[in-house]
Amino acid sequence: MSDPALLALDLAGARDGLTRKLFSARELTSAYNDAVAEAKRLNAYITPTPERALAMADAADRRLARGEALPLDGIPVAVKDLYCTKGVLTTAGSHILDGFHPPYESTVTEKLWRAGAVMLGKANLDEFAMGSSNTTSWYGPVENPWHRPGDNRPLVPGGSSGGSAAAVAARAALAAIGTDTGGSIRQPASFCGIVGLKPTYGRCSRWGVVAYASSLDHPGPMGRTVRDVAILLRAMAGHDPRDSTSAPVPVPDFEAALGGDIAGLRVGIPREYRVDGMPDEIEVLWQQGVEWLRASGAAPVEISLPMTRYALPAYYIVALAEASSNLARYDGVRFGLRVAGDSLEEMYELTRAAGFGAEVRRRVLIGTYVLSAGYYDAYYLKAQRVRALIARDFARAFERVDCILTPTAPSAAFAIGEKSGDPIEMYLNDVFTVPANLAGVPAASVPAGLTGNGLPLGLQITGRAFDEETVLRVAEVLERAAQFRHLPAFVAGGGS
Amino acid sequence: MALDKATVAQIAALARIRLSDAELEPLANELSQILDWVEQLNEVDTTGVAPMASAAATQLPMRDDAVTDGGCRDAILGNAPRAARGFFAVPKVVE
Repeated sequence: MSDPALLALDLAGARDGLTRKLFSARELTSAYNDAVAEAKRLNAYITPTPERALAMADAADRRLARGEALPLDGIPVAVKDLYCTKGVLTTAGSHILDGFHPPYESTVTEKLWRAGAVMLGKANLDEFAMGSSNTTSWYGPVENPWHRPGDNRPLVPGGSSGGSAAAVAARAALAAIGTDTGGSIRQPASFCGIVGLKPTYGRCSRWGVVAYASSLDHPGPMGRTVRDVAILLRAMAGHDPRDSTSAPVPVPDFEAALGGDIAGLRVGIPREYRVDGMPDEIEVLWQQGVEWLRASGAAPVEISLPMTRYALPAYYIVALAEASSNLARYDGVRFGLRVAGDSLEEMYELTRAAGFGAEVRRRVLIGTYVLSAGYYDAYYLKAQRVRALIARDFARAFERVDCILTPTAPSAAFAIGEKSGDPIEMYLNDVFTVPANLAGVPAASVPAGLTGNGLPLGLQITGRAFDEETVLRVAEVLERAAQFRHLPAFVAGGGS
Repeated sequence: MALDKATVAQIAALARIRLSDAELEPLANELSQILDWVEQLNEVDTTGVAPMASAAATQLPMRDDAVTDGGCRDAILGNAPRAARGFFAVPKVVE
């Protein structure tokens, strides 16, 4: 098969081709290594690992030849550079982790390699996963492979898993793994026209994932189709004794849940998700999504999630408090950047000033403030109480409905530098995605249509805790109805 | 909550992040704006609501008090900006 034809396959198609020996894992991986090089200007990867990828592909070929294929044998994936990978530079998009080569492998990546997957490289991200546009990385912004027709201004891929999303959309990865603390898988999936799933909190181990906000961080899959994401999730999920919040629950065959009937399924439509300034076309697409599900036999039900508007401010207190605590470990002593000082104290201060970018500094400072003596109750405990009310909103809604349909984000991709420097304006990107992180419930974004100026938009399905199967099943119904076949302005191999 | 320059300097000291004097004023403005915005949480009546620290419903699991890792000093020191004789090396802390 030609390279463009190989790159056009989705994960399920590539798995099929490998099993039927239509091509080898080495051929598939070589095509992707070339695609990674061709897509270099998107800056989607911080560290490509082509030699390692070929060695992993050869091992997969040997298993395939013996008829002992593993579930993901020979599938080339991009890994967000927040997952520690043994002996491979791991940066979290930050200067402060300069030269850090983890002496261990994260649980989720370990599981992927044990399932036969091939690592193409480490994908770019917002620094410490803090951002919604992948413009805060020390390694520079990632460019979205989509453009507005007739307009060559580079657009953001969303964030923080922007490199992962851009790589999958540009066919510079067959699939990818990301992390989602407030929307960092789903919002870039929406901006880049791919599928992204934030699983239930506890479904995928956080062990070996550089921590941003531990009670909100969720590893999860990103891919071209709902099926691809279901396949990947099965390999990533499972109880891990090394993560005390990892859930000791069985891992279902998520792929087997697809294609099922959704007749009679009750789909909640929360009235609070109509926000000021949201473009009409997003509202129209949302209504279209309701109609698609109705046509498949589901029953739309209007619901109320009254605390929705408080999710973002609650999130920014909880997340930043946890971040200030988690990032205290970066002190220039044991790994990463060190800026010399006359005293230990001065070394800490100079190292952290030089090592953290502006957004990370801002978040650590706010987190430090809200946890400081005299403000802990007023800010941090208050936010945790509001978080409980947001979780209660979902619990009540799920007594009446089986899942919830909303837009993924209040806008499509914007140009790099198009937003003002106002941090709050950037935070508002996450208005529809943050509630699921606070409540810990699973949510997926599916590409559902294009804006008037040709950019992808996603719809979000949110489900009950540990019911990714319903989320995926409904997401696949939306995917089938939407027939999203558009390609970005740039795809490796030229597209076919 | 409007933060002044002195408060920002104090937070920065707590966070061990060195800020220049020129950075304090713009940061004071930005942080004040963000804090003003999060203060809308005060509109919510949370009387009698227990704080939620995590979505994980399970109790913290118990495990055997056993060594499961170790013997990898050199691998760990391999990442150190400065190491000497099997230790991390830092500026002198005792006069």
